[in-house]
Amino acid sequence: MIISTLAFYLFAALTVASAFMVISSKNPVHSVLFLILAFFNSAALFVLLGAEFLAMILIVVYVGAVAVLFLFVVMMLDINFSELRQGFLQYLPIGALIGFILMIELLMVVGGWSLSPDALQLSSAPTVAMTEMNNTEQLGNLIYTQYVYLFQIAGMILLVAMIGAIVLTHRQRTGVKKQVIAEQVYRRPEDSMVVRKVEPGQGV
Amino acid sequence: MEIGLAHYLSVSAILLTLGIFGIFLNRKNVIVILMSVELMLLAVNINLVAFSSYLHDMVGQVFALFILTVAAGEAAIGLAILVVYFRNRGTIAVEDIHHMKG
Repeated sequence: MIISTLAFYLFAALTVASAFMVISSKNPVHSVLFLILAFFNSAALFVLLGAEFLAMILIVVYVGAVAVLFLFVVMMLDINFSELRQGFLQYLPIGALIGFILMIELLMVVGGWSLSPDALQLSSAPTVAMTEMNNTEQLGNLIYTQYVYLFQIAGMILLVAMIGAIVLTHRQRTGVKKQVIAEQVYRRPEDSMVVRKVEPGQGV
Repeated sequence: MEIGLAHYLSVSAILLTLGIFGIFLNRKNVIVILMSVELMLLAVNINLVAFSSYLHDMVGQVFALFILTVAAGEAAIGLAILVVYFRNRGTIAVEDIHHMKG
């Protein structure tokens, strides 16, 4: 029990610290790397909560796809980031004020709130013990039966996102020389060769 | 000390606040704003999974899965728009984006 408590505090502190570094570091590449660290630590928090499948999905989807996409865009675009940081301090007081008020409000909600005793009986899909069925199996039992339409819609959302991203970033470039195999195969000597009689000392 | 639901909710509240704070702090840099949005979605996910775990209800994890899907799509589309915008204008400063007047 003491180990899981310590693990929670370690992962929670690392998540919050790396989230802070994401928004405050000077270099956006460092921001992305700290974002990856935050995702890893929250995946560890998910494991502590018993949601192993979501933890692994978080690592695969967020670290493997989203964060790498961010890294790719940050490195691909040639941007003067120091220029973008002008006015960093200008927005600091109002941002800090709003963030502080919001955090106090949220923590008050968390602190002054308690679970109704019969809330545990209301769950529509109760979890069973890990020895009977593991987390992935339980999740699969839900999303392929009760939530199958939502699952299909999620797939459609990903498809639309993919098509949208391709349509947005794809461009037809003009003036690019490409190899056309058919033209090369159909080329005949008479199309490209002329036999000329050259007189000595005159040239063509 | 037993780790309760309130601990996880506090972590997610702090993460959400950091995400909102990041949007205020980096008002000119769209990339960091998108990262802050990702942080806020992560906070929501932690919230859902914590409730799912402490209320013994799998539906929270199903919702977290769908939020993950939407977050991935949002990041892809957002970064694609960013790349197109940068290609057309040569900058990604948020303050220059006022051409749509909407």
